[in-house]
Amino acid sequence: MHLKTSATIALTVALLAGTSALAQQRTLVFNHYMVQPAPMEAINAAIAAFEAEYPDIDVVENTFDPEGYKTSIRNFLSADPPDVFQWMAGNRMAPFVNAGQVMDISDVWAENGLTEQLASGMASMSIDGAQYGIPYSYYQWGIYYNRDAYAAVGATVPTTWDEFLANCALFLAADIDCLTTGTSALWPAAGIFDYLNLRTNGYEFHSELTAGLIPWTDDRVRATFAEWAKIVPQYVTENHAALDWQDAAALLVQGKAANYVMGNFAVSVFLDGGMTTDNLGFMAFPTINPDVVRAEEAPTDAVFVAAGATNVADAKLFMAFMARPDIQTQMNITLGQLPVNAMATVGDDPYIQAGFELLSTTTGGIAQFFDRDADAEMAKLGMEGFQEFMVLPENLDDILTRLEEARQRIYAQ
Amino acid sequence: MAQAASETRPKGWWRSNQQTITPWLFLFPGMVFFGLYVIWPIFQSIWISFYDWDGLRAPDGSTNATWIGLGNYAELWGDRAFVTSLWNNLWWLVLYLLAVPGGLAIAIFLNQTVRGIRLYKSLFFFPFVLSQVVVGLMFAWFYAPNFGLFYNLIEWVTGDGVAVLANPKLATFGIIAAGLWPQVAYCMILYLTGLNNVAPDQVEAARLDGAKGWRMLWFVILPQLRPATFIAVVVTVIGALRSFDLVSIMTSGGPFGSTRVLSYYMYEQALSEYGYRMGYGASIAVVLFMIMMVFISGFIFKMIRDERGLG
Repeated sequence: MHLKTSATIALTVALLAGTSALAQQRTLVFNHYMVQPAPMEAINAAIAAFEAEYPDIDVVENTFDPEGYKTSIRNFLSADPPDVFQWMAGNRMAPFVNAGQVMDISDVWAENGLTEQLASGMASMSIDGAQYGIPYSYYQWGIYYNRDAYAAVGATVPTTWDEFLANCALFLAADIDCLTTGTSALWPAAGIFDYLNLRTNGYEFHSELTAGLIPWTDDRVRATFAEWAKIVPQYVTENHAALDWQDAAALLVQGKAANYVMGNFAVSVFLDGGMTTDNLGFMAFPTINPDVVRAEEAPTDAVFVAAGATNVADAKLFMAFMARPDIQTQMNITLGQLPVNAMATVGDDPYIQAGFELLSTTTGGIAQFFDRDADAEMAKLGMEGFQEFMVLPENLDDILTRLEEARQRIYAQ
Repeated sequence: MAQAASETRPKGWWRSNQQTITPWLFLFPGMVFFGLYVIWPIFQSIWISFYDWDGLRAPDGSTNATWIGLGNYAELWGDRAFVTSLWNNLWWLVLYLLAVPGGLAIAIFLNQTVRGIRLYKSLFFFPFVLSQVVVGLMFAWFYAPNFGLFYNLIEWVTGDGVAVLANPKLATFGIIAAGLWPQVAYCMILYLTGLNNVAPDQVEAARLDGAKGWRMLWFVILPQLRPATFIAVVVTVIGALRSFDLVSIMTSGGPFGSTRVLSYYMYEQALSEYGYRMGYGASIAVVLFMIMMVFISGFIFKMIRDERGLG
């Protein structure tokens, strides 16, 4: 059966009209893992605002759970790149940038004056002088403590390491863990190492160490571990190697532990567990060496444009949008974290305010966290070494030799 | 007319070869898929193991893989984590085989016609039906410090709890124990089926000769269970070498790498959050493949011998 010519023409015109109507609504594919309640609310509000401002653009989100995302990202950036995706800064974005899977958006930074506005996040978003993403949020790390536990043993909030250790003796006598942590996922131990190293040796040394420029057998590294040896293993929760960080948080909530070196994202876990803003305290990690300029840890979350993106123009519009002070303010109030944009305002929450205070008075430098500052493989081996040291401090020499061998192999390229 | 035509026309090529070709035609789709999804990737993995590659590909298809020949294998030789993984795999291999006599014991125990025995058989089989991830999660909670049943039990008995998964010396054994739970159930089912097929006249004859208990088991029952034993051993050995789920869920290879097995190490190096070494992971995979080939060849050789009528 053959279609009559006129019918064929009519069909073709209808199809073309149909596709051109669809073409007026452009899609922007956005892959992210903001599926927990607060981040989900924050990103939905931001996307709604973006779509309101640009009615022609339809943002299509692909959501993943955070752990699954870390393996999926390797797949989708090669096989089926979205236009925009969420990821972390520093050395975590390096493998993808070096494989050519992330688009250079230095032009977006230049056009929108972001080098001034996003100055605090610029270093962690740059590789070889080019910028690759837009940082939209960061959160402080520090020590969260249980005020009731402190009151029970009559301890005062310490400002120096010696005061902290003196408190630890008091806590031990009362059968309370001075420091709790759950190292089964390895990264909480890295947080403790980072702070001990930043306080003992300073930011410059720490970034050079994580960049693989300093041998692990160096005396200054040993000095950091010597400080660490003062609290492990007797003052730290037993069997932390089998605990998740949330299990350890339960110990802090119940008053069985006094201090926890953690990031601000843990506050909702503590508060949901039953603590109140009255008994949950936050303090900066105590000073070890008064001559070392204070530096802090504040990992940054960012959005990136994939090199294989189909809708590049709109992706860049989205980047510029996410960099705006008003959007960052709104997102971070919901997230309970800090905006990167210097012109944004900070939320009211006491812990955010404390973090803002802490970070804006930090002159020594802001580190990104061990697994974002160091090369991926080095980070994994380093964190395993930290966990081993916390369980078996006598293995220190072996640990340092191993890490040094790894460093020479990994950074030799 | 038709009859005369079929007698004089020569048989077509298809008709005369049908008997030989048909089996191959039936096998063809299976062989294609097996070749594409199993054989080809094996060669591809071996090929990748000669490169230093981070596993990522730029949108235009290019990679920054560099040829290093046997470099990955040389590094593997001196890698402490690799040696630990080999040892752990050896422990898995040896201890996992306890599932075979364990399954036999339970099967013999359940091989009685008591009212409700089918319910008991189902309950004993239940662990095998659970996903390995669920088994791992449950055992992780069982061993967990502070709230785990096992920890509290040990604490009640000896006064000081033992956190199995936090102890580098005990963790592997804790995981193997978790793995034995479903594996014993599987061996039990194989043996129950085998026991059903034991020839009753041989048992009767042996009983008349005065055999009972252990001697009956060893000389009369067990030889008849040889096929079931063979399958149980094959599956258990392969399962022990392949173990990944439990290690991944219960300890992620920890504490500090002491429960690592080859399959998990391969995943860590090639595909995990901090693993951007596809070539190195592939070389570990090749080593694991070689080890498994030793066992698989042995099994296949034995099976072929049996098929040919020598067993």
